[in-house]
Amino acid sequence: MHIPDGFLNVATIATTYAVSAGNVSYAVKEANKKLKEKHVPLMGVMAAFIFAAQMLNFPIIGGTSGHLIGAAIAAILLGPWASVLIMSCVLIAQCLIFQDGGLLALGANIFNMGIVASFSAYYIYRLAISVFGENRKGRLIGGFTGAWVSVVLASIACSIELAVSGASPMAVVLPAMAGIHALIGIGEGLITGAALSLVLATRADLWQLQKV
Amino acid sequence: MKWWHFALIVSLLVAVLSPLASSSPDGLEKVAENKGFLGMAHNALFQVIADYVFPGIKNEAVATILAGLLGTLVIFGVVYGLSWLIKSRRAEHTD
Repeated sequence: MHIPDGFLNVATIATTYAVSAGNVSYAVKEANKKLKEKHVPLMGVMAAFIFAAQMLNFPIIGGTSGHLIGAAIAAILLGPWASVLIMSCVLIAQCLIFQDGGLLALGANIFNMGIVASFSAYYIYRLAISVFGENRKGRLIGGFTGAWVSVVLASIACSIELAVSGASPMAVVLPAMAGIHALIGIGEGLITGAALSLVLATRADLWQLQKV
Repeated sequence: MKWWHFALIVSLLVAVLSPLASSSPDGLEKVAENKGFLGMAHNALFQVIADYVFPGIKNEAVATILAGLLGTLVIFGVVYGLSWLIKSRRAEHTD
């Protein structure tokens, strides 16, 4: 879902850059208060895993592929602000080194896949564990659902940016994006569920949820 | 071996699998193609390791794996370093 340059107009570029910059600087402040020494390697490997996993596009229907965003895994394990930091670093590196996502569209990409995806996954996860309890079942249901919602909401945010920029009318781009990402989100949900299940089985103590 | 050494190795193994990835367009690219705005996309102003293919290597699978391994290590290093720099300096002795 990395937006290339050329799709967004100047107003959208400026707005998304401003909103993302504000959120990232708040995320740095939060990390400055809450991040402890023992979290540092976890932050690094989480970002490394998300980058590597994002390279593995999986086929869905109609000659389309999808790949993990990863914000759900990071937000559920480390909290949404840590996830915003991790996703921003991954997206900046993808943009600067691998030309995946445009430089002018970076603010929008951080907004969609960093901020929208992290917070939606986090709140859906919290809702699930308040309904099903903070046990394996609740966590996995929350992980799958949170991951699915994060992808669909990120795609809706992306559609709104495209429509506002005049790339395509809202009535055309929004259903198309949300529809295809409802399928890609199943992949995100399954990978997130598998990753969380692995953490629960091996190192449940790594579950460092930072409540907002 | 610490747990995060293991997790980093798993991430590097995932990067090694990258040539197996589907080369079909992703959701956004497909929608842009179907709805007729893919042509609006500009090329990047500069290219470093564009499209996850390490430049100057003939074998595309090898070039992709190299790009993946390099990216995974760079991201690990950057986020580790950045997290270490901005982590809380308070109450470290309580951990």
